[in-house]
Order: sequence, then structure tokens, then C-alpha cells
Amino acid sequence: MDLSLSTRTVGDRTVVEVGGEIDVYTAPKLREQLVELVNDGNYHLVVDMEGVDFLDSTGLGVLVGGLKRVCAHEGSLRLVCNQERILKIFRITGLTKVFPIHTSVDDAVAATD
Amino acid sequence: MATVELRFSALPEHVRTARLVAAAVARRAGVDESVLDEVRLAVGEACSRAVGLHQRGGVTSGAVRVSLTDQEKRFLIEVEDEAGPAFVPDPGVDEDADEDTLGLAVITGLVEDLEVTHGARGGVIRMSWPVSVDALAH
Repeated sequence: MDLSLSTRTVGDRTVVEVGGEIDVYTAPKLREQLVELVNDGNYHLVVDMEGVDFLDSTGLGVLVGGLKRVCAHEGSLRLVCNQERILKIFRITGLTKVFPIHTSVDDAVAATD
Repeated sequence: MATVELRFSALPEHVRTARLVAAAVARRAGVDESVLDEVRLAVGEACSRAVGLHQRGGVTSGAVRVSLTDQEKRFLIEVEDEAGPAFVPDPGVDEDADEDTLGLAVITGLVEDLEVTHGARGGVIRMSWPVSVDALAH
């Protein structure tokens, strides 16, 4: 399965809906998408991972890279994820402390620091 | 002798194949269903790391070997690269180096029985999981 990406704007947030598998082969596409959004001035991102079937450390690296980019512009990067097997990877690597993880897009969009 | 052995060019597009094959062989060997996700992820991480070592080391012709062995009580997986002697990334400078650190962190967090070694030819990651006794009875 390949990676699917779509973006939409909700208020001042840009929601990136990701589907499929994020691994060493597909992660560069996600990286390009995040870089492009930041370069276009979108600094408050919500990455919806509900449609993600597989995530590995390459994908984590891309998300960390995205977070660094938005933080350079005082932005934010929030994740939406309810899948235990995906959440486990964030816990193992300690990244639950780095990313705000929400249970719904509405929740992530409404959140403020 | 390995139950199934897979050898692929060290390219990102083949890592998914290795993951799927490893999970299928592990399931057949009797590795518990609840652990198959971990097997899939750990093999994917080990293969991604191997591919990354080839790319960062500038080794374009190398291959990654994945050996899957159904032992009596354990299911053993070895992932071996041909990226040469240990490549020491410069942490904090290179985003890829961060990914390598994350990859090892994931494997270490997932796999209890794990050995990461490095020889002259390249790195070897050995991992094993218990085989369910119930599965063997059927």
C-alpha cells in the first residue's frame, strides 16, 4: 500500500490527512509535503494519522523534522491518532512528550498551547 | 539452514516486501498473532537501517540479507547489510542520523532478545521471538 496525502484548511490550521504506510520508501513524500506547507507560510499543522496502517522511525523522523520547521516560525504540529499500535511507537521513542496527540481533528484544531 | 532467506538490493522500495515476508513466515512458524505487528515493525526498522547505512556510506551495489529461521521454540530473524565497517553518524547535524537513532530506539523498545553487531562486511541485527506452544500443537 502506498501513501496518500491530502490537505485542507480549518480556520488558521492546516490539516494533513495521511493514509497508508509511512516507511523508508514513502516518508520522503510526507517530508516534501510538510516542507512545502511550511515554505508556503502554513505554520500551524495538524497531521491526521487515523488512516495510517504502518509507521516506522523514518516517519517519526519526518514528523520531528516538520515540528522543528514549524517551531522555527513559532508554529505548532499536532497529531491525531487513536490507534494503539501507532501510539506505541511514539511511547517507545519518548515522542509522546514531544508531540501533542489528540483523539480527533476537531480536538486538535480547537487546541491552543 | 534458514527457513526462508531473502536478499534484496539495498533500496527503500524493497523494505515493505521484507516486512510482509517476515510477518507471513513468523505467522506460519507459530509466533503469536499479538506479536506479529512487532515482528513486522522490527524487521522493517532493521531493513530501513541497513538501507540507510548503504546510502549514507555511499555503497550503491550492496544487498541486505534477511534470514528467517523457525527454531524449535524461537523464531529467529537476522538482518545483515553490506555497508562495510561501522559508520558513525554525527548526531544533531544530519536528519538521517536522527532517524538512525530513532530506528534503533524502536527496535530496542520492541525486541527483548536483540543483538546488534558489526563486522568488516557490515552490520548484523539478530532478533528472536518465542513460538507459541499452542500453535505448534495444531
